[in-house]
Amino acid sequence: MKLLVCVKRVVDFNVKIRVKPDGSGVELANIKMSMNPFDEIAVEEAVRLKEQGKVTEIVAVSIGPQQAGETIRTALAMGADRGILVKTDATVEPLAVAKILAKVVEQEKPDLVIMGKQAIDDDANQTGQMLAALLGWPQGTFAFKVAVGEGSIDVTREVDGGLQTVGLKLPAIVTTDLRLNEPRYASLPNIMKAKKKPLDETSPETLGIDVSPRLKVIKTVEPGGRKAGVKVGSVAELVQKLKVEAGVL
Amino acid sequence: MANLPARESMEFDVVVVGAGPAGLATAIRLKQQAAEAGADISVVVVEKGSEVGAHILSGAVVDPIGLDGLLPDWRSDPDRPLKTEVTADEFMYLGHAGGVKFPNLFMPKLMNNHGNFVGSLGNVARYLGRKAEELGVEIYPGFPASEVLVEDGKVVGVATGDMGISRNGEPNANFTRGMELRAKYTIFGEGARGSLTRQMVDRFGLNAGKDHQKYGIGIKELWQVKPEKFQSGLVRHSMGWPLPNNAGGGSWLYHFDDNVVSVGFVVHLNYKNPTLSPFDEFQRFKTHPMVRDVFEGAKRIGYGARAIMEGGWQSVPRLSFPGGCLVGDSAGFVNVPRIKGSHNAILSGMLCADHVFAALQAGRAHDEVAAYEEDWRSSPIGYDLKRVRNVKPLWSRYGTAAGVALVGLDMWLTELFGWSPFGTMKHGKPDHECLLPLDQVTPIKYDKPDGVLTFDKLSSVFLSNTNHEEDQPVHLKVKDMGLQKASEHDVYGGPSQRYCPAGVYEWVEGEGGARYQINAQNCVHCKTCDIKDPNQNITWVTPEGGGGPNYVNM
Repeated sequence: MKLLVCVKRVVDFNVKIRVKPDGSGVELANIKMSMNPFDEIAVEEAVRLKEQGKVTEIVAVSIGPQQAGETIRTALAMGADRGILVKTDATVEPLAVAKILAKVVEQEKPDLVIMGKQAIDDDANQTGQMLAALLGWPQGTFAFKVAVGEGSIDVTREVDGGLQTVGLKLPAIVTTDLRLNEPRYASLPNIMKAKKKPLDETSPETLGIDVSPRLKVIKTVEPGGRKAGVKVGSVAELVQKLKVEAGVL
Repeated sequence: MANLPARESMEFDVVVVGAGPAGLATAIRLKQQAAEAGADISVVVVEKGSEVGAHILSGAVVDPIGLDGLLPDWRSDPDRPLKTEVTADEFMYLGHAGGVKFPNLFMPKLMNNHGNFVGSLGNVARYLGRKAEELGVEIYPGFPASEVLVEDGKVVGVATGDMGISRNGEPNANFTRGMELRAKYTIFGEGARGSLTRQMVDRFGLNAGKDHQKYGIGIKELWQVKPEKFQSGLVRHSMGWPLPNNAGGGSWLYHFDDNVVSVGFVVHLNYKNPTLSPFDEFQRFKTHPMVRDVFEGAKRIGYGARAIMEGGWQSVPRLSFPGGCLVGDSAGFVNVPRIKGSHNAILSGMLCADHVFAALQAGRAHDEVAAYEEDWRSSPIGYDLKRVRNVKPLWSRYGTAAGVALVGLDMWLTELFGWSPFGTMKHGKPDHECLLPLDQVTPIKYDKPDGVLTFDKLSSVFLSNTNHEEDQPVHLKVKDMGLQKASEHDVYGGPSQRYCPAGVYEWVEGEGGARYQINAQNCVHCKTCDIKDPNQNITWVTPEGGGGPNYVNM
């Protein structure tokens, strides 16, 4: 069984992002970028499925600039077999990402696609669902646990108030939530070996996908600072303030 | 931790520890030499930061002599990291409420910054990293060299640290064994107070016959200022206030790029008063009437700190030993009055590479490349350092006011006649021996930060993007906790709480007496504790790979 895992290059989670002085977006120059943490979980799950003998080949795909190739290399170092970089310097919105991935799926014909439930830069949480719709495939989102059977997969999902298990027919889409697993380190020997694994390059144009944005960013602003609190003298005063000033009781 | 699996091992011609200006210059030069000679040599660089440049912090006014030599075309490269040339150069002596500007005419020529560039040394390193990779150098960030491999008295490589070890020292589910990188020659470019360099200096007696090393701590902030306050290429330095006359140091304030101001403060680590806090002196400096104006309506966007080598000419250890060499600030090539060393770091990497390449071509391995040691003092690095060799000793001995006057005399005589009546002066005591017991000093009081111009340590560390995997052993090793309590706390009043610019150390007073709390996750890898602890009781070791600050444009 063949598995496609999708990885996105995003601002590293340790970096405190800063809005550009002109408000046109977030400052990205000279900032550390790395693999979207939810996608790391997706790669880890893929590698575990391969280690369990359920999967024979893992293909890692990323859409982005040349440096997104480094993100694919990380996936290869963790255990993916080969990579596909869909190279573009444009901002690619979730719908365009889903369309590109649908094309890649058409070419690669995987039995399972795994990706993070969302990327930590735009927090859109749309790509997996859109891809499922475009392909007409079943989807198991917010995966907490996956169990691959014969031609099917059980995905236990994190839902409000608990867990829900859905049985999907393969081929299917799975998006990963935080608790699915704890990703391994890419070890130095594996990073060295990953340099020799195949990494193909293509582009949205070659795939025939128009990535021009459908959305316009009007303004980007930082959240306002937290206002100083007040000390209350008694419980009665607190209740009074919550009722009258905050209006929450 | 018994019965660990064996480490994987790989062989290279040269392994470089540290992807800073010195290490990357070494790697680039080796590959350039190899290309010219049609030779094929493998060069690998390991770096503890999460990416190249993540742990690099400097003022920085850069003398381009190094870059010009290494990459002669860099000035016409659209991708070049240094774009702001120095346009105005001011030097001030500050008092409590005012200050005097030294006329440029009286400044010795070597202090002149014209022709130099203002920028981010981190971005210089990122640029050098890209150039090195284009030449075929393999760079592995996120992998600290934690151990030197020594066989038969020769350095034969390094090993990277194990990953996935819990706080209690036991391997966890994600345990990943480190790797051995074996090399014919191993080059150490770890920067000031390198943890492996220290071991090499001790093992091979590299400082025999040399003066001991001296240090400073530099603390830096990056500000986005209002366009009307910005003056591209303006470089200002100051001495004096807020430091007392018996503590050395000074400030920098550079305008560069797009309305960015780099401001920082260096405190020489031979200060005596254990209640002195370099961080708070820096915060106080920004409130000076001649300084504060530039920050009006501005926003602080970056913070960090790093120790600097200040011993200079007298203190540079022997640079070569069997199988290895020291380059850059691992050796200590900072020119103290010029407040710069990155040019020498690059030059030392190039000089080292030339000699190591010659050795490789001659079929040698694991021996001492003594020609590098024999050459540097008569190279431009030696020239740069020798003429300022008395600055630091004069300053330390006579205090800022008189000392700096004598420094001026020394530099002018050296410049005009190539001779100084001071000869080569020795440094005073090592920095860790300089502290006085708490009961012999007047405690220094600092104002509370206002959250606009001045800040506390925690909100500052936040801007350094520092992170360490929480579940790992503390990488700041206190050898004797009893001694820490009896001496560091009881006698000196816990100076680590003040010299650490990241709030790592805390003495928490409780029922059972004071407890030493080490918040290792906050550590910005400046190494000051390793230097200044009065009993040399704290050792800085490499944490799990990728940990530490993630500096942006620093």
